[in-house]
Amino acid sequence: MISKFTIKTMFVIFMLMFSSKVIADGHGTIKVGILHSLSGTMAISETTLKDTMLMLIEEQNKKGGILGKKLEPVVVDPASNWPLFAEKARELLTVSKVDVMFGCWTSVSRKSVLPVIEELNGLLFYPVQYEGEESSKNVFYTGAAPNQQAIPATDYYLDELGVKKFALLGTDYVYPRTTNKILKQYLIDKGIPESDIFVNYTPFGHSDWSKIVGDVVALGADGKKVGVISTINGDANIGFYKELAAAGIKADDIPVVAFSVGEEELSGLDTKNLVGHLAAWNYFQSAESDLNTKFIKKWKAKMGDKRVTNDPMEAHVIGFEMYVKAVEKAGSTDVDAVRKAMYGIKVPNLTGGTAEMLPNHHLSKPVLIGEIKADGQFDIISQTEEVPGDAWTDFLAESKPLMSDWKSMGCGMYNKNTKTCVQIKSNY
Amino acid sequence: MKFFFRIIPKLLIILFFSNSALSSESEFEKVLTDNFKLITKSSSKTVEPVIEKLLNSNFSKVEEFLKFWKSKKLIFTKKTKVIATLKQKNELGYELIQFSNNKNLGYFKKKEFKSIKPNSGVRSKISNALIGFQLQSKDANTRSKSLETLARNFNPKYLKPLKNTIEKETDSKIKKRMSELLVFGTIKYSTSVKDKIASLNTLRGNLSIEARGVIASLLRSKVYVGDVKPNLPNLARIIVPEETIKNMDGSSSKPIFNFNRKPEISKQDAIELLIKAKFLKDFISPSRRDEILEQNIIKGKIEGVPVGKLITDEERIKTYNLLVKSNKALPLKTTEEINEIIKKHFFYAVYEEKSGEVINIAKKIFNNTNYKVNFYKYLDLILDGLSLASIYFLGAIGLAITFGVMRVINMAHGEFIMMGAYTGYVVQLFIPNHTVSLIIAFPLAFFVTFFAGVTLERLVIRHLYKNPLDTLLATFGVSIALQQIAKNIFGTQARPLTSPEWLDGALVVNDVLSISLIRIAIFALGIIFLILLLIVMNKTRLGLETKAVTQNPMMASSMGINPDRINMLTFGFGSGIAGIAGVAIGLFSKVTSELGSDYIVQSFMTVVVGGVGNIWGTLAGATMIGMLQKLIEWFNPSNTLAAQTYMIIFIILFIQFRPKGIIALKGRAAED
Amino acid sequence: MKSSYLQKLNSRSSFFWVSAIILFLTLCMILLSEAYGLNLVSTSFTKVLGKTLCLCIVALAMDLVWGYCGILSLGHFAFFGLGGYMIGMWLMFERTKNIVIDSTKNNVLPLTETEINEAVGTQIFGVVGGAEIPSIWLFADSLLIHILLVFLVPGVLAYVFGWLAFRSRVTGVYLSILTQAMTLALSLYLFQNDSGLRGNNGLSGLQNIPNLESFSQAELSIWFLVASGLALITTYYVSNLIVKSKLGNIITGIRDNETRIRFLGYKVESYKLFIFVLTAVISGVAGALYYPQAGIINPAELAPIASIYLAVWVAIGGRGYLYGAVIGAAFVSLASSFFTGGQIPNFNFGIFTLNWVDWWVVILGLTFVLTTLYAPKGIGGLIEKIFRDKEL
Repeated sequence: MISKFTIKTMFVIFMLMFSSKVIADGHGTIKVGILHSLSGTMAISETTLKDTMLMLIEEQNKKGGILGKKLEPVVVDPASNWPLFAEKARELLTVSKVDVMFGCWTSVSRKSVLPVIEELNGLLFYPVQYEGEESSKNVFYTGAAPNQQAIPATDYYLDELGVKKFALLGTDYVYPRTTNKILKQYLIDKGIPESDIFVNYTPFGHSDWSKIVGDVVALGADGKKVGVISTINGDANIGFYKELAAAGIKADDIPVVAFSVGEEELSGLDTKNLVGHLAAWNYFQSAESDLNTKFIKKWKAKMGDKRVTNDPMEAHVIGFEMYVKAVEKAGSTDVDAVRKAMYGIKVPNLTGGTAEMLPNHHLSKPVLIGEIKADGQFDIISQTEEVPGDAWTDFLAESKPLMSDWKSMGCGMYNKNTKTCVQIKSNY
Repeated sequence: MKFFFRIIPKLLIILFFSNSALSSESEFEKVLTDNFKLITKSSSKTVEPVIEKLLNSNFSKVEEFLKFWKSKKLIFTKKTKVIATLKQKNELGYELIQFSNNKNLGYFKKKEFKSIKPNSGVRSKISNALIGFQLQSKDANTRSKSLETLARNFNPKYLKPLKNTIEKETDSKIKKRMSELLVFGTIKYSTSVKDKIASLNTLRGNLSIEARGVIASLLRSKVYVGDVKPNLPNLARIIVPEETIKNMDGSSSKPIFNFNRKPEISKQDAIELLIKAKFLKDFISPSRRDEILEQNIIKGKIEGVPVGKLITDEERIKTYNLLVKSNKALPLKTTEEINEIIKKHFFYAVYEEKSGEVINIAKKIFNNTNYKVNFYKYLDLILDGLSLASIYFLGAIGLAITFGVMRVINMAHGEFIMMGAYTGYVVQLFIPNHTVSLIIAFPLAFFVTFFAGVTLERLVIRHLYKNPLDTLLATFGVSIALQQIAKNIFGTQARPLTSPEWLDGALVVNDVLSISLIRIAIFALGIIFLILLLIVMNKTRLGLETKAVTQNPMMASSMGINPDRINMLTFGFGSGIAGIAGVAIGLFSKVTSELGSDYIVQSFMTVVVGGVGNIWGTLAGATMIGMLQKLIEWFNPSNTLAAQTYMIIFIILFIQFRPKGIIALKGRAAED
Repeated sequence: MKSSYLQKLNSRSSFFWVSAIILFLTLCMILLSEAYGLNLVSTSFTKVLGKTLCLCIVALAMDLVWGYCGILSLGHFAFFGLGGYMIGMWLMFERTKNIVIDSTKNNVLPLTETEINEAVGTQIFGVVGGAEIPSIWLFADSLLIHILLVFLVPGVLAYVFGWLAFRSRVTGVYLSILTQAMTLALSLYLFQNDSGLRGNNGLSGLQNIPNLESFSQAELSIWFLVASGLALITTYYVSNLIVKSKLGNIITGIRDNETRIRFLGYKVESYKLFIFVLTAVISGVAGALYYPQAGIINPAELAPIASIYLAVWVAIGGRGYLYGAVIGAAFVSLASSFFTGGQIPNFNFGIFTLNWVDWWVVILGLTFVLTTLYAPKGIGGLIEKIFRDKEL
């Protein structure tokens, strides 16, 4: 008797559990998965991107959707938990059956999602600047590769500011590690002796900066101009800039160029001590163009007057518009068809000029360098022409012979020397 | 007529001057139009000739132009390409004025012009050009500013003007700075050895970064390789590959202990240097060897050896030697041969400075200052350790009461610290004056966390006094909940808790040793707390009653003490102190919901290591942990995480050997 | 009738029930699965279930060491993570090696061993800016050794730590804090990018089992579900055996009055050490089964908070009841992922909107406080109470 009863209840429970799977199959809409953390440590950055996507989708639906189909956003919350990113990506692709995903912020989360989307042939638009050394068939990288952010900024230090000694400070994770490895090699190639490059990593949320700042100041003891290249992430920046200010270091003495500090991050900081320090991005809110003015206006109308726009948001704007164009060009949402249609698609940048999707799944974008102003915005002091993103950096011996071309070669890691495709699926 | 005679020269003068003014103005304008691109899109690489040309135009407004340019006040019109300034902005648009002749250009729309934004490299070049004007300025402030620009980037062309203005300078401070700069400039750029030595001698014992920089720049050296023993007056050192290390003054030495110091040149470096200098020819590197092997594959075989066999280096060398035998490749060099070649050659470094005399004096001064610098570095390390210790002490001091005296494990203690910090943040939202807000925040934080503590004690801990493990569990629950509530209210982003401006600076002893004021303040706060706590625990009724209740509640209550009330108050007091500590910790770092959990384990460790139940013990524990962590960091500077790891391992081991902590209680109070 | 069955729930028949339910569940999953059945349950759900079973195993271990032996260890999730790392090293190395060999098979010269290792090193450690394979990866190409390490590494760590701690008679809350410090040290160590285990990137792509690439994730997920189920049943059996034996009586005695047991002539330290090491090994094995299903392991998994949550599961499930631990782990972890998954619509109270994603942890924390205060025996105690009442 009991066993019958239990079996019944169990069946009921089971039916409930997979019912979500049965219900989820919808028709007549294009499903857009949004895979950004809405809780946990990364929520502060990623929630903005979710809102951006929802705004873009809403707008596209007002225009009539794509191919006559409405767009349907599917929002999930991977909660800043890397394994959960993989789980949620699988859910999006198999249960919700989305046509495309926009998401991830940290490199770890992207690497966690990679095996899943490569296995299930999904499509992901990744909007954040990253360390490069990757080109997956299933990912379009709309953020900057190192040669679109770090290298131009270093050039700026070398050529414009005459910096002779470098302090590469970073939070201890993939992006700073790889970026600094590339930069170190690049600087050595440029004739900076290795002893003049100081590298330091600190944990996430590091707060005890006095010794490190002291070390940086002491670098100047041999009379060479010192510059700091900061890949310090998130909260740790607050303590870092505070300590800089306390030590009385001005941007004219020791400039700091940051790759992870944008408008959003500055909005939580008192910027009066940071004036004159630098940041390198592909987009600044202060960029002067009609498109940008319009975008900022829309964003503020939706989210409130105090909200700012930033670089990853622009990346999503470009990525989304490219996707729309590609689907229209391909005439379907089939991943492979869309992927092939993506190559060569051009979309105007918010900063002026056009972004083009290259066969290596990266964009060509201009590089901007801005000086921090007292109001938390940036003065753009340098803007290059469009720079094509490079998946495999030319500045490291092991990745120099590598290139990526999905369009004609169908290979994301092609060795030019041995003329072989090293691998089609990524290693994570 | 007289009138005429008088006026004609004047007219002439006017005519002449306006004429020349006109000509310099047009020349200036010409420079502007010719170099329009270089000015509007300037780069520090190309800007210097433009500035030179501008200066040469002798136009009276050059200085003003440069100043405007530097402060990003210049504008250019997109269509007509005129450099202008903004006069005013009103409903008609932006009214612009041409810079060179003050011509009103009329109203423009925002899209029709753009402001010129020189980068900081260009700005420093402009500032440098302005030094010429500013050095003679009547305003002392301008003069001293121009000196700072000069200090950042000493241009030898100002050596003479500087020398000339020193005598005329009236402000003693500026005068001192001028002579300092003159010394630096002379050492760097003077061609006279005598002058250099004289200037150098004034730098003895000078610890400033600038002075050390100047001396260090004299001791820069470059590495060379040769086949004869070098004999140069400015020879820095002889380098033995894989053996000698480079000393800071440019000499070399053989280290006795090879602790963490790599030889200056490895064997691989030596080979590369030799190849570069063409002393080593026809060297076949392993990768070149493999290339040659690949080129000689015939039908899957090399000299009869199947390719599949070449999976070890030995096999590859063997096969390569077969190629050598049949004259298809150059022979490989054996290790012995290469060692022989390395031995035969001389690796050495030469100072960039030519005069041996100057170098010797520079070396002496360098080594002398280096001792002092090292002394201050150790002192700095100790102060850093103390500062960290005071932070740990602040974090742990509340626990020293609730855990140390009352033996209540409160895992939510960290969250009380966090609550204090958020209180400070909220107060700052309402009171923009940082000093006032801080004065209010400290007591407010105490009260907020005091009541939080009392509530926790009444609702949860009171029921679990018998069972410390359950207290630990329940307070974990509270900790998790409080942290999440803070996240829900304030978000996950770090919130700033800005210190008042008078705490912004640093106490600078010299360029090696400086402590930021906020750290001194925290240190002072720690001491105040210590004294306060000692008084409360030893001199007040509450403190004595607390001791009585914890040591023997039965006896205490029969003496008329209400243990319930005392427990509640003591717990509240400990929690309140955590709140104040939270404000202090928030001031020097940042306020996040995880602030508390960052400190909780360390705080418990501090109390346990120091010895439970003793405030002096907590102080000792904090000092030991803080100092030790800085010491470990010092040995392994690039990795602060490692320092924390080793620290904790050390603590675990320490507790094995002194389970009662540094200062162990004796007698009855020691019993659990 | 009913009560006599259920009264024995905590005896050997509870083993029967638990294993029956697990077997039944697994069977259902196979029948409904994408790979072998009706394709009604998604692979991701299969994985969630498989992972939950692994969590139940580590909860059992926690219950043994805490609920029965009275050692509130805040480090068992660290052992769990270590097990994951051990198996992860092999998975990652072997997979990368296969990729390297595969991608260079068109090379003119075959690779030497050093070249292969170099290439693997660059692939694995590129993310932390390195290229050399650290010495702790010495045996990474051997599955057998790494399976052994899954047992050995957590075991040895637990042995060394336990020996030190029990020898100097650290007990009660001090021991808890000490275990927490150990966990913190371990996770901080792993967070370092120089640790040789890829720092905070952790090991990833673990769901792709080397040499089994031809099988789909749907199939693999079922295999792992079955393996986890069997492991749980085995653990339950062993735990039940221990609890019911004389050994079980002694350790319960230690929990209740350590001094008395010591005076009775038992070597308390040895018994504690045995249980501590055994449960650490069980946790390690559970981790080794868990992480290939999760796909990625990184140091955040080992953070002290994870071990605290483990204690929460066991406390809510009921310490001192083996089935309680299983129920607690399954119930709370499933509920957590359910509530934080964002699928539950917000609850509107008019002035205040309850967002489950945000407030779930608060609810969980407070539930935990209430459990400790008013139902210290958790769900297990509740079940027991119900049936005892009925019998009366």
